[in-house]
Amino acid sequence: MSIKGKAYIAGIYEHPTRLAKDLSLAQIHAEVAKGALEDAGLSKEDVDGYFCAGDAPGLGPMSMVEYMGLRPRHSDSTDTGGSSYVLHVGHAAEAIAAGKCKVALITLAGRPRAEGMATGTVPRSRGGTPTPDEPFEFPYGPTVVNMYAMCAMRHMYEFGTTSEQLAWIKVAASHHAQYNPHALLKDVVTVEDVVNSPMIADPLHRLDCCVITDGGGAIVVVAPEIAAKLKRPKVKLLGASEFIKTQMGGKVDLTYSGARFSGPAAFAEAGVKPSDIKYASIYDSFTITVLMQLEDLGFCEKGKGGKFVSDGNLISGTGKLPFNTDGGGLCSNHPGNRGGLTKVLEAVRQLRGEAHPKVQVKNCDLALAHGTGGSLGLRHGSATVILERE
Amino acid sequence: MAESKVRRLPAPAVSLETQAYWDAAGKGKLLVRRCTSCGQAHHYPRTICPFCFSDKTEWIEASGKGTIYSYSVMRRAPVPYAMAYVTLAEGPRMVTNIVDCDFDKLEVEQAVKLVFKPTDGGPPLPMFTPA
Repeated sequence: MSIKGKAYIAGIYEHPTRLAKDLSLAQIHAEVAKGALEDAGLSKEDVDGYFCAGDAPGLGPMSMVEYMGLRPRHSDSTDTGGSSYVLHVGHAAEAIAAGKCKVALITLAGRPRAEGMATGTVPRSRGGTPTPDEPFEFPYGPTVVNMYAMCAMRHMYEFGTTSEQLAWIKVAASHHAQYNPHALLKDVVTVEDVVNSPMIADPLHRLDCCVITDGGGAIVVVAPEIAAKLKRPKVKLLGASEFIKTQMGGKVDLTYSGARFSGPAAFAEAGVKPSDIKYASIYDSFTITVLMQLEDLGFCEKGKGGKFVSDGNLISGTGKLPFNTDGGGLCSNHPGNRGGLTKVLEAVRQLRGEAHPKVQVKNCDLALAHGTGGSLGLRHGSATVILERE
Repeated sequence: MAESKVRRLPAPAVSLETQAYWDAAGKGKLLVRRCTSCGQAHHYPRTICPFCFSDKTEWIEASGKGTIYSYSVMRRAPVPYAMAYVTLAEGPRMVTNIVDCDFDKLEVEQAVKLVFKPTDGGPPLPMFTPA
């Protein structure tokens, strides 16, 4: 069963905070839920499907459903790291198409900045019962940064990609972020700024990395008959797909991501091709994450991502494929170290014509949002959605 | 207080399924798991082959020879270290560290050889150094 045309995104909300010292985790979930429902013109009583992931307190949806006073007849807490919320949009559409719910609420919240978490640079044990991979990885010191850095190192080796080319991704994000009053980093940066910033884990510099922020966001996905009654612009789901890429028993290949599989499947379901896309939200935990996804999603040939980005193609107004026009994770926010949900938010803003006028894509009727969660160098989830303005 | 320049390594969590691997590490040997049905070696070790799903798998001793598939020096750590994937002569690529070398001279596809480094109260970890 295809989800094409079976569900609409009716409400979105992004928490404006980037530092949530005085807010509890549950409170942020509830505040974004309230914001997204109000944006849609729906009430809490309308919600009959609830989706969250590992950032939510408690065991799956139970704690948040209780806290918010929801009564869903369908719930899902599939966790593929930061890609979870893009995946949830697809799962919500599937549940709606199957008649399991009509109004699905997806929430994300996090406060790693308030908690002073050493994000990205310190190896983290998952705790509890070790997963089978952990003894063969954790003692060596894998961090979020060095595992993505190894992908960059191999990409450079195989395709001649350079640090200067990767830097263009940050340059484009910063060009957009200057117009976002909520963005954590609003200064426009140059290629030189990026390559001269301190090396964190070579070849990734500090400015190749996303920001660390608190905050959150929420999405409301609804059945067509609900969308028809609402006053907001209609954003239709055309295609959704997901994939989990692993080390494959030791047949490790760091040159591509799971987007190689989730992308084509989502395009096939939507019945469109990469060249049709007017705007793309691409998960930007690091510059290399963007580069590999652009190639894997088919926006350019494999290995040619460096040239594609250094030609300025990601900059709205001048480039072929405007991306992350809110500043993305590289400059605006990466709430709770998980950026997939905000990728969907900016895609919806673009389709509604509600992005900042300086970065709004003209005639934006078809957009893609893609998430990559977990660790690109170890194992990660990929989720792609294709959205259309009706 | 001056920072210790010796990098401390946490002990790996040993399970029944992988006890032999860590016992061998204690004796300076690196084991990989090989499937006698499809003939392929894999890493990390599993009793059921991740390629053909056969339960006919066995331990073999690796030669200790390999090449660097990719690496990254964690410059921001209190004691910088080189994270790496090494392609073993037996086939699989494994997560490891490159040690006892000038990090600035490391290269992708460089030849490396096996060494072991002690952990905090656990079996030693297989690592690699330029050959």
